[in-house]
Amino acid sequence: MRALCWFGKEDVRVDTVPDPTILNPRDAIVKITTTAICGSDLHLYDGFIPTMEPGDILGHEFMGEVMEAGVGVKNLKPGDRVVVPFTISCGRCFFCERQLWSLCDNSNPNAWMPELLYGFSPAGLYGYSHMMGGYAGGQAQYARVPYADVGPIKVPSGLRDEQVLFLSDIFPTGYQAAESCGIQPGDTVAVWGCGPVGQLAIKSAFLLGAERVIAIDRVPERLHLAEREGRAETIDYSQPEADVVEQLKEMTGGRGPDACIDAVGLEAHGTTLDAYYDRAQASVAAQLRPLARAPAGDPGLPQGRGRLHPGGVRRVRGQVPARSGVQQGPDPPDGPDPCAALPAAAAGAD
Amino acid sequence: MAGGGLTSLGAYAVTRRSPLAAAALVGGYLIYRGAAGYCPVSDTLGLPTLSAPSEPLQVERSVTINRSAADLYAFWRNLENLSRFMQHLEVVRVQGPTRSHWVASAPGGTVVEWDAEIVEERENELIAWCSLPGSQVDTAGSVRFHPATGGRGTVVTARLEYVLPAGRFGATVAKVFGKAPEQQMREVLRRFKSIIEAGEAPTTAGQPSCREEER
Repeated sequence: MRALCWFGKEDVRVDTVPDPTILNPRDAIVKITTTAICGSDLHLYDGFIPTMEPGDILGHEFMGEVMEAGVGVKNLKPGDRVVVPFTISCGRCFFCERQLWSLCDNSNPNAWMPELLYGFSPAGLYGYSHMMGGYAGGQAQYARVPYADVGPIKVPSGLRDEQVLFLSDIFPTGYQAAESCGIQPGDTVAVWGCGPVGQLAIKSAFLLGAERVIAIDRVPERLHLAEREGRAETIDYSQPEADVVEQLKEMTGGRGPDACIDAVGLEAHGTTLDAYYDRAQASVAAQLRPLARAPAGDPGLPQGRGRLHPGGVRRVRGQVPARSGVQQGPDPPDGPDPCAALPAAAAGAD
Repeated sequence: MAGGGLTSLGAYAVTRRSPLAAAALVGGYLIYRGAAGYCPVSDTLGLPTLSAPSEPLQVERSVTINRSAADLYAFWRNLENLSRFMQHLEVVRVQGPTRSHWVASAPGGTVVEWDAEIVEERENELIAWCSLPGSQVDTAGSVRFHPATGGRGTVVTARLEYVLPAGRFGATVAKVFGKAPEQQMREVLRRFKSIIEAGEAPTTAGQPSCREEER
């Protein structure tokens, strides 16, 4: 088959590789019909993620048609259309039973690596370094899906790929961000970053009852999308007179937003001293893989450094339990077209 | 932590390409630490023990598994299941109610065999075994099962003990591998947990990539 392979920093190529096969009883093989490039794929491309190996197949946002199901997979059959959540989950461990799928105890064959680096291992991921399991990704013609009786979401007929593909990662990711805010009626939510996750965080914040959403970015098209499709108010932090914190305060009568969402993450751009410090640190660290880190957060977001305590800020973060986001999110299987309201322009690449 | 991470990830390339070889290497190291005539488990349990020629290596690790103690006990008590999650073992053959024959692969393709006896067992709580006097290696192990709080599964604590062989070989091997036995024990328990909970151990061996050796 043909697959997008990683060979090194800023070096990815489509090449011919063997077709995947069933390796474990609970595996399935999926023929990919649609896949997306995630913003986090850029961190692989830019060389920030340790334990990549030349020849790894990329991609963790994909969907397709079941070609073959292992003997342990009773709920899927060839021909079923499925969206595959990017976190790989066994469905039977302590965390999976609590729908914390991204913390699965059993899906990472290289769990010792993140245990050494971070103390604990999260779930395995498709196409996202050997530290995260070393699984071949889905930017390919076919993919092997482990624990296929747990992760894949069957797609009702009548829905186009473009309407459901985002359930693989970015919709649940944006939704979790909003859900973590504990939004109350009347709340104002600020969203840093208007890429796909940010756009979906904006939509999710409104879905969960926010009265106002203020979105911060510097890319005109993204700000425009946030206004047009997301109904958000916006701040362009790249404007010479911009002062995000002051503007937020002023826009909210001095009180500030009730909740803040960082939809930027790694490789942020910014204009504050903190942002430049992060970037300098990252450019040095990037030479010293595997401990590279990249600028996180963005201008004005109270990321710490003494600002959380006086504000009484509660900070929540974590990898989205993608399957859970799907089940609990604004996507009842028999409800309205779940993605009809999604900004089409957010499809594909961040 | 960071330093340890770096060192370990340095060894990562080797182990990733041949995890089985790495497991066999470490497992073989454990086995080669055997000497004759000492049953460390007997010591632990307060049972009569033979004199130890040198300090035994002791490794103990715990893991919480989302199943009942009865399920875990039953799986482990059939010692033939052990080679499914102790990757350095080729096979364990049960030869009687408490007697078994163990075959392990050691570095360089050497096969090491020994007989073992279950010296203590309490249903759903404890299994302890010990190699028999005169065996090629001197090793012992035990596994305990106790309920986790709030009905959150079972805490499994496994302990393995070996006696270092005398001489330069033992010392060299000990130096080279440092803390690897602890890591080996973690992997054994992790694999046990995966097989019991998920019905299979996760793997990527045999999946496609654009590497020459996997094409």
